[in-house]
Amino acid sequence: METTARKHPNYVAVWFYLAVLTAVEIGVAFLSHLPKVVLMLALIFLAIWKALLVALYFMHLRFESNRLRIMAIAPLPLAVILVLAVITEYLW
Amino acid sequence: MAHAHAAVMQPPAAAEPGSGVYNEKLGMWIFLGSEVMFFTALIGSYIILRFGTPHPWAPPGVILNIPVTAFNTFLLICSSVFMVKAYAAIADGKKHFLRTDPSVPHDWRLWRWVDGGLKFWFLMTILGGATFVGIQVYEYIHLAHNGFLPSGIKEGTHFGELVAQGIVPAATAGIYGSTFYTMTGFHGFHVTCGVVSMLYLFFKKVLPEKYSEHDYRGVETIGLYWHFVDLVWIILFTIVYLI
Repeated sequence: METTARKHPNYVAVWFYLAVLTAVEIGVAFLSHLPKVVLMLALIFLAIWKALLVALYFMHLRFESNRLRIMAIAPLPLAVILVLAVITEYLW
Repeated sequence: MAHAHAAVMQPPAAAEPGSGVYNEKLGMWIFLGSEVMFFTALIGSYIILRFGTPHPWAPPGVILNIPVTAFNTFLLICSSVFMVKAYAAIADGKKHFLRTDPSVPHDWRLWRWVDGGLKFWFLMTILGGATFVGIQVYEYIHLAHNGFLPSGIKEGTHFGELVAQGIVPAATAGIYGSTFYTMTGFHGFHVTCGVVSMLYLFFKKVLPEKYSEHDYRGVETIGLYWHFVDLVWIILFTIVYLI
């Protein structure tokens, strides 16, 4: 709950993970010879991983109440539905 | 992952009954929910325009400068860390700019004995954001100068030559330009708004030491916005520059 005291996460460690993941992204994008679809999925996976680190540790969602977490992620299913709906332009 | 430090912090303010959080934070999260849908609409439009066309897209790195933008991405991530350090500093009651940490008197390492407070980390966050915008403006000027405009690629320019040589597909140059400038432009606008808001808070609240460990709602609320802007850029960097 909002009234509960807690300890600081190690923000510098999260920064280090983000920096490493960014370097891996660049490496995957330009140094690998993966098929186009695999490359796209790998890059999107890395981006989502980085976004989750920011949301969980910098925006403190990991330490928030379930009530706030549910409110914060409420628009995500709608966003996913929209993206999946429009991506059919490409798939079919 | 993310081990806890010894310092224990209190929440920025007492929670409102019912919602479980204070009103400013609730309002920011609701606003960020609407922002998720705003950027999803832009990304959805980009997917339709890019993958709906039968023509190929410009290869990554031919028009857009990936190394400069990767550095800019790293800069925004650093700015996010500075913001969260500002949050942690004021949560621990550190309102100062820089000072020697009395708990580590004989450690020669700079990062141990220089103890940054809210003023230092907040200013670093602003500088990080302002530099990001500056580099983005430089990128826009460079691209426009070489012929890459929102309407497409201008003939008789450097990028026009690449189109003539068949390195950049002519058929999708217009869509490429419009989607690139729309998505990165709206993001840059958000960063600019964040920098202006933080400048206001810096002079109005941070410098006069209006925040304390008992009430630092403004720092947490603007921090949520700032991290969201960072999060959006992480996604945009991948889909606009790398894919």
